[in-house]
Amino acid sequence: MDNQPDIAAGRLPESAYAENFGDVHPPLDRKAALVESSRCYFCYDAPCIEACPTGIDIPSFIRKISTDNVRGAAQDILQENIMGGACARVCPTEVLCQEACVRNTQEHKPVQIGLLQRYATDAVMEAESHPFTRAEPSGKTVAVVGAGPAGLSCAHRLAMLGHDVVVFDAKAKAGGLNEYGIAAYKVPDDFAHREVDFILEIGGIEIRHDQALGKDIALAELRRDYDAVFLGMGLGGVRALNLEGEDLPGVHNAVDYIAELRQSDDLRSLPVGRKIVVIGGGNTAIDIAVQTKRLGAEDVTLVYRRGPEAMSATHHEQEFAQVNGVKIKHWAQPRQLRGAHGRISDVVFEYTQLDENGRLAGTGDAFSLPADMVFKAIGQAMLPLPQANGASDLLEMDGERIAVNEQRQTSLPDVWAGGDCVKISQDLTVAAVQDGKLAAQSIDSFLRG
Amino acid sequence: MADLRCDIAGVKSPNPFWLASAPPTDKEYNVVRAFKAGWGGVVWKTLGEDPPIVNVSSRYGAMSYNGTRMAGFNNIELITDRPLDVNLQEIKQVKRDWPDRAMVVSLMVPCEEENWRNILKRVEETEADAVELNFGCPHGMSERGMGSAVGQVPEYIEMVTRWCKTHTRMPVFVKLTPNVTNVLSPARAAKAGGADAVSLINTINSIMSVDLDIMAPTPTVGGKGSHGGYCGPAVKPIAMHMVAEIARDKETAGLPISGIGGIGNWRDAAEFMSLGAGSVQVCTAAMHKGFKIVEDMIDGLAYWMDEKGHQTLDDFRGAAVPNVTDWQYLDLNFETVARIDQDLCIQCGLCHIACEDTSHQAIAAQRDNGARRYEVIDAECVGCNLCQHVCPVEGCISMVEVENGKEYMNWTQDPRNPMNQKAAE
Repeated sequence: MDNQPDIAAGRLPESAYAENFGDVHPPLDRKAALVESSRCYFCYDAPCIEACPTGIDIPSFIRKISTDNVRGAAQDILQENIMGGACARVCPTEVLCQEACVRNTQEHKPVQIGLLQRYATDAVMEAESHPFTRAEPSGKTVAVVGAGPAGLSCAHRLAMLGHDVVVFDAKAKAGGLNEYGIAAYKVPDDFAHREVDFILEIGGIEIRHDQALGKDIALAELRRDYDAVFLGMGLGGVRALNLEGEDLPGVHNAVDYIAELRQSDDLRSLPVGRKIVVIGGGNTAIDIAVQTKRLGAEDVTLVYRRGPEAMSATHHEQEFAQVNGVKIKHWAQPRQLRGAHGRISDVVFEYTQLDENGRLAGTGDAFSLPADMVFKAIGQAMLPLPQANGASDLLEMDGERIAVNEQRQTSLPDVWAGGDCVKISQDLTVAAVQDGKLAAQSIDSFLRG
Repeated sequence: MADLRCDIAGVKSPNPFWLASAPPTDKEYNVVRAFKAGWGGVVWKTLGEDPPIVNVSSRYGAMSYNGTRMAGFNNIELITDRPLDVNLQEIKQVKRDWPDRAMVVSLMVPCEEENWRNILKRVEETEADAVELNFGCPHGMSERGMGSAVGQVPEYIEMVTRWCKTHTRMPVFVKLTPNVTNVLSPARAAKAGGADAVSLINTINSIMSVDLDIMAPTPTVGGKGSHGGYCGPAVKPIAMHMVAEIARDKETAGLPISGIGGIGNWRDAAEFMSLGAGSVQVCTAAMHKGFKIVEDMIDGLAYWMDEKGHQTLDDFRGAAVPNVTDWQYLDLNFETVARIDQDLCIQCGLCHIACEDTSHQAIAAQRDNGARRYEVIDAECVGCNLCQHVCPVEGCISMVEVENGKEYMNWTQDPRNPMNQKAAE
């Protein structure tokens, strides 16, 4: 009986789902925003601006909030980061702008920049008119691959600059990870979809769905048919553990389950195990661990092979998981996934440590964790590369990802790339937005050359 | 524990904290609550002749600053809107029930001797300790030839004060309006008329804000607004200047002063008293937080006095007056420069940008291996203090005296003074 999997839907009373998957950080109302904005010192050469990958003039937008100039505030944000609304919700501000806030030095309590950014962008997204207009038509058309943060940011900036854009996306919905990959409680109320609609209001952007690069479209064709190409298709693949038992039923890719959860109309119908094991140390690992817990899983254990400081999930995210009842075990790596009755039953881990050369090594001691479901979240990888599909020239790579210069231009003069599929990106929504913006500016110079 | 007992112009109270003539002192119910809370005295809301005036709705405007409510406050309320008899009966009852508290009655009647004589007689029957002549109210009453319409004409002040001194045995306080070019003229007039004390400041003419949706000033009454009397924390510096001018003027020095204007805590009170105020009057702070604030005023002042070794209020009353001087007597050879404590600096850069954009380009913005560092350029620093004020960190920027070995020299002695050169010729 012990090894019978316990997987069930509807573990919680109906009302719990709305609460568990509603807004994790409720928005500021006007009064709270005025008080919080008054805490900003309006620093000269403000460190927060430098810490923002998109370089938003944070003191300026906060000052505008403090004078009820919310439109001006949103304009400051969105002109540097058209997905300022998403970033206000999903950015790890604790390691970006808010870490740089001088109030940390003074009182360990930064200005709540993320929440203020959301206050301003929410107000403008609810307004009727789009805050930007397009330049005179250039007569040029650019192909953008991927309707995630990088692609949409690039498309929006190109449209502003007067170019027409056709966006090709492999999925049925635009938004990329904001739509399919980020924890539901960070972007509730169909926010990702609403943001896409907001971005498209500028005009001149056409999105074609179910168009995967290398399958339905080829880079060579795009280069032939369009004046320039931007690649922002993210990382379509998932890393494997390469361990015995990995294909047992009950072993899932975290990103697949999160996508299913995000697209579900009724979270009560989503089956979840009683005992969950998550393998990995990034935001996806945290997101799957917390979301399964919030779906009603009883024991969720996240296992990471190194210590807390090496996790790519921030300290704040780790603490959030722990507050949600997720147990985090450090210094252990999976060795075997064992089955019973044709399903996963437990995972064998080996303790790890750093050897004298500072390399990770197993100690030889092992333990096992029972699991009804196992989620792999050890990172994503590039799908096989587009040039296999008819590109005449080779796209230069940097390791597994596409090599680009500062302007996000690839080795092909008419092809730019950004977001998770390029090497220099930080795997953050905000970094992807910056890539798209920089690429669009470079493409514009190229087209007007 | 320090002795807070107060005696100003013969009016005694257990402490110097009085409620000013205003809505909090309009009737027995409020005043009894104030006395229960510990207030040393009240100036009863101004009485006038029957029939009572009528008031409008609404009556108050406020200025919030950076989330702080009522940093400035104003009102368009007039004197009491209750019948004279009712007020007098209540005053008599409250004075009987609270004999140790100061009961001062504010008055405002038309500018005729007979009118003043009549009302003074009636107030005397209440056993009140003193009267305060309201020559300050800047709205409504002034348009009827009373309030600040009197207070702005020194001859009227002197005349009415003299009538009052003639017709009553009670001490007479004259409440001064700040809506004049020089407060000394009305203060000297009050003294000339025989005033036992002056109370100041009354409220300042003001328009609080404009409602940009309806294009009307606030507080708005049926789509229109009127100027009102400004008070609250924002007016304290103006009030203290006027108090100090009266305290150090040759003609008015020694005239007892009841200080009013933005007083909300013991420290404000101590500052007014150091500039010569005998008692202090409070209104906005009480209207904002209730009467309980007097507890901090009482023990805060007493603890501070203990710390400084002051046993009675007289020990420090007016102690700062000799140090209030005219600009021309300030030492032109006294020099300071700013010092930034790098350990406390949080790198906000406000000192740099304030100095760079608006002052003397005396704070350099540097990068030390990427880290921000702000340094004072001594040769450019004139010791103006701006950086110290904009710095958000307490104690981070200090002004350090420069030992230049130069003797005291003021403008009257300075050879650069053209007047001195003329005299030398």
